[in-house]
Amino acid sequence: MRALCWTSGGDLAVRQVPDPELRNDHDVIVRVRRSAACGADLSLLAGQAPGPAPDDVLGHEFLGDVVETGTAVRRHRVGDRVVVCASVACGACWYCRRGLPACCDNGSTEPDAGEAEWGHPVAGCFGQPRAAGGFAGSHAEYVRVPYADVGAFTVPDSVGDDRALFASDAAPAGWMAADLGAVRPGDVVAVWGAGAVGQLTARAAGLLGAGRVVVVDRHPGRLLMARRHTGAEAIDLRHTDVLAELRELSGGRGPDVCVEAVGGAAEEPRSLADRFTGRRRAPEALREAVHACRKGGTVFVLNGGARLVDAFPIGAVVHKGLTVRGARQHGQRYIPMLLDRMARDELRTEHLATHHFPLERAAQGYALFRDRPDDCLRAVFTPHDQIDGRVGR
Amino acid sequence: MGRVRTVVAVAGVLGGAAARTARAVVARRWAARGRGRDGDRAGHWQVVTVDRPPEQVLPVRGWPEPLRRLDGSVDVALRAAPGGRGVELAARPRPDATPSGFAAHLVGDDPKLLVRRTLWQVKQLVEAGEVLRADRLPTDRPARPPG
Repeated sequence: MRALCWTSGGDLAVRQVPDPELRNDHDVIVRVRRSAACGADLSLLAGQAPGPAPDDVLGHEFLGDVVETGTAVRRHRVGDRVVVCASVACGACWYCRRGLPACCDNGSTEPDAGEAEWGHPVAGCFGQPRAAGGFAGSHAEYVRVPYADVGAFTVPDSVGDDRALFASDAAPAGWMAADLGAVRPGDVVAVWGAGAVGQLTARAAGLLGAGRVVVVDRHPGRLLMARRHTGAEAIDLRHTDVLAELRELSGGRGPDVCVEAVGGAAEEPRSLADRFTGRRRAPEALREAVHACRKGGTVFVLNGGARLVDAFPIGAVVHKGLTVRGARQHGQRYIPMLLDRMARDELRTEHLATHHFPLERAAQGYALFRDRPDDCLRAVFTPHDQIDGRVGR
Repeated sequence: MGRVRTVVAVAGVLGGAAARTARAVVARRWAARGRGRDGDRAGHWQVVTVDRPPEQVLPVRGWPEPLRRLDGSVDVALRAAPGGRGVELAARPRPDATPSGFAAHLVGDDPKLLVRRTLWQVKQLVEAGEVLRADRLPTDRPARPPG
């Protein structure tokens, strides 16, 4: 089959790779209908995340049709149209049973690699280096899905592909930030980053009853989209004193919940002095969120690509009594609810799929997604169709 | 099958169930771990918490395959996990035995790493019903011809 592969030079290329096969009894094979580029992949492309090997297949946000099932699969049949959670979780360990599937103990084929990277193994993820599971990605014609009864969800007939696609990763990430950030009715919520996850965080906060939602970004097209599709107010950080503006919008208190959703954009090159001293970049959006947040509020961090940062304002966290939380999305916990909301038209996401490409042009799609000309928000790949180009928003 | 030396440190709550799971009980306790009689030669215990009752973790009729392949080369211990989290399964390489064969070679002949991986596999098998296998690498087998 054809698949988008990371090459030894850190570039991308569509190559012929072996078809996936059932490797465990709980696996299914999915024929991919849609697969989206994600900001979390950009650090891989930039060579800043360790671990990818030549010919590793990228991609983790996808939906498709079940074409083969393992002997222990109970909830899916051949022909089901399913959206697949980007994380691989067993559904049976202590963490999964407590609604924390992204912390799954059994979602990786190399848990010792996870221990070396993060101290403990975490759920696997499609299309990531082996420390994150060892599973091929979704920018391909077919994908093997482990623990399919836990991580694949049948899509209601009324929900289109471009809407259901984002139930795989972006929508559960956004919902989780609002949910675990403890957004309550009437709250003021600020979101840094107007990409797909930031917009869906804003929408989730609104659905949970927030009184005011503000999105902060530097790209006018994204801010316009956030205003139009989530009902949030927008702050262009290039022309605004963000802290002063947020203070004014929240009656001097500061937002109750601040979410950092700036994604895994590639870090700026480190200077020679930084390399020599080991200094890392400062997490600017996160620092701003900590300073903006009201006393006793919650700062939620979604940016798993940040890895190591310096100059974190821990003093402000202590003196203001903040709660700082972070997580990869617990999709298995939220996706059924999100699909229901999509079916009821409460949650619309198809506007995020600004550009479609056939798989053959996936490398160009990533370049467009990375460099953001033409207001590209998400590049979506269609391995079995020839849809090509920008779509209406 | 080689002789297995099993150390069982049984908390009271495990009672007879855990005792039944032991294939041999040696009068030493996990409490003396690490720096015990074997001292530094034996090294630290490798431990995983398995969210299941003891009889599922170490069944009476034989250990699960991932653990069985270490027969004769490790000490194994089992005790209750606090807070109802199941059991803590521990193992450490015996000072006078080293794992052999292809499995050991795969992890660089590091017995601690082999023990660690084996414990994770036991946990996966007991909790999730299968040991998760990675996708085959493109270099493992040839691609099917197009069409």
